[in-house]
Amino acid sequence: MIEPAISFNRVSKTYRTGFWGKSFIALDDLSFEVRRGEILGYLGPNGSGKTTTFKVLLDLIRPDTGSITVFGGPADQQARERIGFLPENPYFYMYLTAAESLHFHGRLRGMSRDERKSRIPELLHLVGLDHAEGRALRKFSRGMLQRIGIAQAMVNDPDILILDEPMSGLDPSGRKQMRDIILGCRDLGKTVVFSSHILSDVEVMCDRAAMIRQGKLQGIVQVGEMLDSRITHWEISCTNLPDASRYAGCIAQQTKNQLLLKVGDEAEAKNMMWDIEQSGGRVLSFGPLRTSLEDLFINQSGE
Amino acid sequence: MQKIVAIALNTFRESIRDRVFYSLLAFALIMLAFSLVLGYLTVGDEIKIIKDFGLAAISLFGVLIAIFVGISLVYKEMEKRTIYVILANPISRYQFVLGKYLGLSLTLLVEVVVMTAGLFALCYLKQQAIPWDLFTAIVPIWFELQLILAVALLFSTFVSPFLSGLCTLAVFIIGHLTLDFKQLVANLDSSPLKMTADVLYYTFPNLEILNFKARVVHGVDIALADFLFSLAYASCYTIMILALALFIFNRRDIR
Repeated sequence: MIEPAISFNRVSKTYRTGFWGKSFIALDDLSFEVRRGEILGYLGPNGSGKTTTFKVLLDLIRPDTGSITVFGGPADQQARERIGFLPENPYFYMYLTAAESLHFHGRLRGMSRDERKSRIPELLHLVGLDHAEGRALRKFSRGMLQRIGIAQAMVNDPDILILDEPMSGLDPSGRKQMRDIILGCRDLGKTVVFSSHILSDVEVMCDRAAMIRQGKLQGIVQVGEMLDSRITHWEISCTNLPDASRYAGCIAQQTKNQLLLKVGDEAEAKNMMWDIEQSGGRVLSFGPLRTSLEDLFINQSGE
Repeated sequence: MQKIVAIALNTFRESIRDRVFYSLLAFALIMLAFSLVLGYLTVGDEIKIIKDFGLAAISLFGVLIAIFVGISLVYKEMEKRTIYVILANPISRYQFVLGKYLGLSLTLLVEVVVMTAGLFALCYLKQQAIPWDLFTAIVPIWFELQLILAVALLFSTFVSPFLSGLCTLAVFIIGHLTLDFKQLVANLDSSPLKMTADVLYYTFPNLEILNFKARVVHGVDIALADFLFSLAYASCYTIMILALALFIFNRRDIR
């Protein structure tokens, strides 16, 4: 069996807030695996424990119980050599320039000067910042910092990328670029875990999606398989119907000259469509309706 | 080691790109120049006044820089959240803290060197000779600054900059007074006071032991053993405090 890239085994963490220790459960018996080479979306409302999960993995926070393995070994300093991390709203040393900052991180990751010299211009190009190489980070916009953040995470070409809200602060072209970078990582066989609030990104990019709420894992779903199983009904919109009352039970929406019909079963829907055409009506559109991840997510989180 | 050096050099770069450092350094050099005026106004040995005042300025401004820059050392990293990006790298906490410490230590070295050069220049102006013997006072000052820096770092790992500034300043002041206090109450008949003095004396570093300024300026002979003992004392204390800071920082959650 191939070792998973990351494995959380019954990890729990309770924070004490205030002096007298009013406690707050951040992670509650969390167990799941991230497979090698997959892109895993990590979803959950604000304060549900997404960032804590990442911090526990990176040893910034020590769990109360449970353990984490990275490629089968302990999640220690050595393991962090294979993990690139982009924190939520990344903060950098603002007095450094873009290139200086990447050199600094390269050094912290044990890269030699030659390695850095060839890798860093490449990365700046990849994230679209080659024009800003010598500019101090304090003059960077939010989106540019996000780009430096992803470049920093990838500086030593790690096998795993942990991205905390990678899309936040980016403009549409930045989002597309980030999406391309993430998908490009999959092509290179890398494992990517990212948290996001934007579910369409998760739907488009992820192999699987995990959901967490109040520190508890709600489940992991296979995004691709779900596309079929999530069809709830079929929709037909049509016009010029001589006798709309025939379909009274299915009408979802009726305007002056258009009708929107909802049918639960595919065969029945196709029959109905044929029927409409026979009676002189005209079908404008026909297609399946899916519960989006968003619905699924909202149902699960019960909000 | 490469990683410690990377952090240290970056910290050094941060502090020399910081305005606080320059303003303190500029002010310190103005103080030095002021000793000239003071020399004119005083009857007696002008050069002694300059030396006395100059050494005091090196020590005082060194401590101010150690406190001002040192207290925000770790705390600022947490407050500005830069620490997440740094510690997510394959470096250990001790490498991070040591790197920070060494970087600031280097900054303090620059401060001491610049001010010493200034003082020597003044003395040369006055008596056409460089008073190399002042190093006997300056080297212990540098060791004292290392100790204060370690204290600032220690507080910085768990309390806010304002509080750690106050605490570090308190350690500095108590450290200079504890010996006097102990000797003062030794003649008194009050055991609670004596006990307090003992507790203070044994818990806080005795910084007076590193004060050779007056003796150097007035040409009093200093035994080599005394000198070396004071440096060893300061080194041991510094290492102990650093170890404690590492211990505390290593157990912390970086939330």
